[in-house]
Amino acid sequence: MSDQVTPSPGKRRIGVYVCHCGGNISDYVDVDRVIDAVKDEADVVVARDAMFTCSDVTQEEIAKDIREQGLDGLVVASCSPKLHTTTFRGVARRGGLNPYQYTQANIREQCSWAHTDDREGATGKAISLVRAAVARTRLSEPLEPLVVETTGRAVVVGGGVAGMRAAIGLADMGLGVFLVEREAELGGWVGDLPKMFPNGTDGHELARRLQDEIHRRPAINVFTRAEVVEKTGTYGNYQVTVRAGGEQIRLDVGQVIVATGFASYEPEPGEFGYGAPGVVTLADFTRMLDEAGSPLVYHGRPVKTIAYIYCVGSRNETHPYCSRYCCSAAVHASLLVTAADPGVRQYHLYRDMRTYGRHELEYIESRRRGSVYMKFADDEPPLVTSDDGSLRVTVRDLLTGGDQLAIGPDLVVLVTGMVPRDNAELTTALKLPVGLDGFFNEIHPKLRPVETVVDGVSICGACQGPKTVAESVASGLAAAAQAAAVLKRGVAELDPQVTFVHPEACTGCGQCVGACPYSAISLVERGPAKVASIDAAACKGCGGCVPSCPEDAIDLAGYTDAQIRSMIDSLLVGSET
Amino acid sequence: MTPVPAHAGTGRGPRAPHGGGPRVLVFSTNGISDPGIDLAGSSHMHYPTEVVVISLPCTSGVKPSWILHALERGFDGVFIAADGEECAYLQDCSERSAGIVERAQELMEAHGIDGRRLRMAAICSVCAEPFTRQVRAFAGSLAGLAEVAA
Ligand SMILES: Cc1cc2nc3c(=O)[nH]c(=O)nc-3n(C[C@H](O)[C@H](O)[C@H](O)COP(=O)(O)OP(=O)(O)OC[C@H]3O[C@@H](n4cnc5c(N)ncnc54)[C@H](O)[C@@H]3O)c2cc1C
Repeated sequence: MSDQVTPSPGKRRIGVYVCHCGGNISDYVDVDRVIDAVKDEADVVVARDAMFTCSDVTQEEIAKDIREQGLDGLVVASCSPKLHTTTFRGVARRGGLNPYQYTQANIREQCSWAHTDDREGATGKAISLVRAAVARTRLSEPLEPLVVETTGRAVVVGGGVAGMRAAIGLADMGLGVFLVEREAELGGWVGDLPKMFPNGTDGHELARRLQDEIHRRPAINVFTRAEVVEKTGTYGNYQVTVRAGGEQIRLDVGQVIVATGFASYEPEPGEFGYGAPGVVTLADFTRMLDEAGSPLVYHGRPVKTIAYIYCVGSRNETHPYCSRYCCSAAVHASLLVTAADPGVRQYHLYRDMRTYGRHELEYIESRRRGSVYMKFADDEPPLVTSDDGSLRVTVRDLLTGGDQLAIGPDLVVLVTGMVPRDNAELTTALKLPVGLDGFFNEIHPKLRPVETVVDGVSICGACQGPKTVAESVASGLAAAAQAAAVLKRGVAELDPQVTFVHPEACTGCGQCVGACPYSAISLVERGPAKVASIDAAACKGCGGCVPSCPEDAIDLAGYTDAQIRSMIDSLLVGSET
Repeated sequence: MTPVPAHAGTGRGPRAPHGGGPRVLVFSTNGISDPGIDLAGSSHMHYPTEVVVISLPCTSGVKPSWILHALERGFDGVFIAADGEECAYLQDCSERSAGIVERAQELMEAHGIDGRRLRMAAICSVCAEPFTRQVRAFAGSLAGLAEVAA
């Protein structure tokens, strides 16, 4: 960290820390110039840069500065506040500074990364953004969080492996759980699967075991054929309405976990011959393997040759992602076929084999047992034709020098990927953030992998994107731990950034009372007059009442009229230093 | 504090310090449009550096007087990246925001500022591309206004 301290004649003592983010910022923004530009701002007494402001070492240095330099305001210019507001509020607290006297300037997502083509412009903009953050901090007041008791129960929506494992995890941590499943049975996809990769665990068996575990725990209340229709309430105390058996049931919970899984891609008619007899999806095929005896029979005829076509419905324009499970699931299915009847010829037509991690061992095993793999080019997929009930697959195999090969299989298995489930009602009821790919979005895939931007709502399993069973269970447990971390404390801290009234300016007109749907504002006697008064615990901190006041007598803490105006002014100051 | 340029944001004031294009103030919201704007950055989608953002909890909390203040102080345009139907706080957020825009337009008219300097569009939490497209188009139209004025 390079160090630049300037004595300040101002009233406040603000520390400014500008992050390089290992190059994510400093490759596109001249951090030294940002420091130079703001170090002489009034009230700024420390201005430094750091390779990673979020690193433990820098956090401790900032806390030390707060103590030693007597800082009463903190600005960190780094990534989006969504990622590190909590981190730096913690740093402020550790240094003895009120966490609400901290402002994060977003010079990564909203500056360096958006202007990778314009270093000069990005540097000027970063300077403006930091100045605005200083302006906001200069007018910041210490705020104390409101402490409310939480409801020590959670609702888990979706009873697949992820949801079931999350429910068991929560119950074992001493919390009450409502498990809401749309279908008649718990289990999700796994409940319908035969032996699965890796290790050959039987899907039905696994689902049954989890169901038994659930029934053994009285803390878990299961609703089947049930769906969530509404969520109201405040952080730590939500009312979730569930529709089950024609009834509406209200559940009081402190946290919500969504584990609604995925849908299997349904090919278009004619896509790789789909619709013709003998052309099936991977989901159909696993069901057949489950139901069929040995040897494998399709429509009364023994299956002697199988062609698998990989990446159907994945890694294309509509679904640009890889579905993760399908290569391993198809390889595993082919091993089951071989085990039942070693005489079946199996051809795997793939783009890239992605049997990652230990799944690779099954890939090796399948080749050892005679499966033949052929690689086709992305722009030249295999062609499936059906003539008089007999199937023909032609493919140009890149592994044998681009030879055009023809196979006459009894069965073509389209190795279909995962797509988002249609869950519009739930998405609306919980205001779930949906990503560009249609799956639900976590806040940060590495740092906050199960939390969403919606307070009190986490996500897990394949509703977040393609996942195997092991990955779904791991994220289910992560979501349980996250929810429990809030609920086990018994109390939650509510954001104190709520509105407040300047009583001397209030004329008691009551406009604001009607502007608040949460009944947080009422008129109270103040001497002979009436003035507006705000119930801080009921206020959601939206600020919707602020513009309704004709006298400018309401402010939102952290976003006061004075703060916003001074931010606007600061954003306009020239960047030439 | 460093002095603020005393000119009106009607395209007549000094050019932006960063580049040269119109200066646009965006009001976004912490939970909805700001993540969308973040996503534009994480996806390295480019828009003019003269576009800067102030994020609030909810669009319904934007004061019309802030919009006027911004335009009078030197911004060439104000873009409200509204949370619209997705607002987590207020069911009628869209109607309220429309009311705020209406009141701001009245204020602007009273102060001789072209109503086209204020624009609002709903920007969702993954609306990276729409945001980029909208602010680029807005900056373009503001540049057009400046030319007409010149
Ligand atoms: C053919 C096939 C074979 C596979 N083979 C393997 C394998 O061998 N090994 C492996 O690791 N993985 C395999 N997988 C992947 C595996 O199925 C997933 O990893 C796993 O099912 C994900 O679990 P989940 O709980 O997230 O989702 P799901 O299994 O989809 O469960 C979600 C549950 O939520 C319920 N739900 C949905 N919406 C709502 C709502 N609005 N309200 C209430 N409930 C709702 C659903 O009814 C369902 O019960 C396979 C997948 C397929 C399709």
